[in-house]
Amino acid sequence: MDEIGAGFVRAIELILNLDPAVVEITVRSLLIALASTTIAAAIAVPIGGLIHFHNFWGKRAAINVIQTLYSLPTVTVGLLVFLLLSRSGPLGGFGLLFTPAGMVIGQTILIVPIMTGLTIAALSGIADQVRDSAVSLGASKYQAIFTIMGEARAAMMAAVLLGFGRALSEVGVAMMIGGNIRGYTRVLTTAIALETSRGDIEFSMALGIILVSISLIVNLLVNRVQGRWWA
Amino acid sequence: MKGINHKISGLVLIAALLCTATSAEEGAGVGEKELLRISTTTSLYDTLLLDEIEDIFEDMYNVDVRTVSGGTGIAIERAVRGEADLILVHDVVRERKFIDDGYGISRTCFAYNYFIIVGPQDDPAGIVGMEPSEAMRTIMAQGMENPDQVKFVSRGDDSGTHAREKILWDRAGIDYAEVTTSNLWYREAGQGMGPTLRMTSEMEAYTLCDTSTFAAYRSDLDLVPLIEEGDVLLNVYAAIPVSPAVHPAVNCEMAAKFVDLLVSEEGQDLIAEYGTDTIGRPLFKAARGNCDLIGCDGDECVTPLPEDLCILVAA
Repeated sequence: MDEIGAGFVRAIELILNLDPAVVEITVRSLLIALASTTIAAAIAVPIGGLIHFHNFWGKRAAINVIQTLYSLPTVTVGLLVFLLLSRSGPLGGFGLLFTPAGMVIGQTILIVPIMTGLTIAALSGIADQVRDSAVSLGASKYQAIFTIMGEARAAMMAAVLLGFGRALSEVGVAMMIGGNIRGYTRVLTTAIALETSRGDIEFSMALGIILVSISLIVNLLVNRVQGRWWA
Repeated sequence: MKGINHKISGLVLIAALLCTATSAEEGAGVGEKELLRISTTTSLYDTLLLDEIEDIFEDMYNVDVRTVSGGTGIAIERAVRGEADLILVHDVVRERKFIDDGYGISRTCFAYNYFIIVGPQDDPAGIVGMEPSEAMRTIMAQGMENPDQVKFVSRGDDSGTHAREKILWDRAGIDYAEVTTSNLWYREAGQGMGPTLRMTSEMEAYTLCDTSTFAAYRSDLDLVPLIEEGDVLLNVYAAIPVSPAVHPAVNCEMAAKFVDLLVSEEGQDLIAEYGTDTIGRPLFKAARGNCDLIGCDGDECVTPLPEDLCILVAA
């Protein structure tokens, strides 16, 4: 019990003093997760839109598959991307394994399904009347689509934020593809794993507190964009 | 209808859970199995040598051996916290400190091998045939100049191998702080030997490794041994039971029996031969008969522990 209490105090000190190692790892985590989220959003939102606005054979099945992939285990994505990027793999020539770029690829693959699925859900949440009234007011098909996307922007923003949260908090891809290299690919989650086993509990706790705080902020933002601050 | 189905499946699930719980309890009840917790360095674990010794030990006694692996630093840290009964490590400086601080009761050398510097076949820094110190200096100089071509991957995890790497930098006349802050040619993996070797191979870099782990992983790696000579590369493995005087709950008796197995005829034979059938040559060298060479004095080297050692220490 002593250890937890003392560790907590030391952890807060590390954060308040802006310990260089803590700041560096936090900034790197945010940048990598941000890059993954941006790329994933650029892929997921259009795909989600395409699936929602078109009727095609197997649509229901496609949505089911996407929803299944929500809970894609991070280590399987890690394994897949490892095989792709490894020197003997198809993309080995680019030398992306154990680099931040490799981590971004892995995290993007990890969060595209959840962002696509939630985009579809967001668009489905807009009542058909919106589309009907847009069309009845003389909107073309594409104008109607933009109207609906505009209406659904809050829910889609939430989808993007949730993707960001998952990218930031996952450890499988970060460890397997990034390799936890100090000053290069070491992020909050992998640093916590290393420092805990090494016995540097205070440092781990400081990083853990930061990770939880960021998740909390992301969650508050999700609620905020959905218009319910404290719901 | 659906609701009923859910209820039924819920009940089945609970029943199943209850059954597992009871059967697990029964299992523990039969014969009162003892528990031995070993905290080991990664080389003994990654080469699977320890698995083999564990199986023999579990056949000899009614004991459940649980092994966790980590660098020597981590392995010792676990023991300091009382989370292990026995440590198997390879860093004599920290071993002595562990014993002097009262956590360990006695040091027994049981195996050894050598460290080697491994790297890509084409050896971009041109270190082959050099003395270890000169090789380290060359890797650093070339790495600073050309970090795309010449890289060094460090364990970076306070392991015995990491400790030895620091000694090598020191012998080379280079301040370690200068190495860690110099550039991206030096990458700290913060992981075990196996993962570090894979990373080194992927990056076409250099690293320091023990011969045993390297031999076990070699077929999966694009790396070759480049530096194999030098006294500074000797690597000795020692077993230290955790003191019951500091952590009364440790299973000192079983830890001592395990050490006795390691140094027994059977244990030393196994260590000396391990790997011959899988990779064609032994992975480790047994300590037996080589005590002078590996610098372990008299009762530290391949000697069974005194029978009443645990009782004496605890008293």
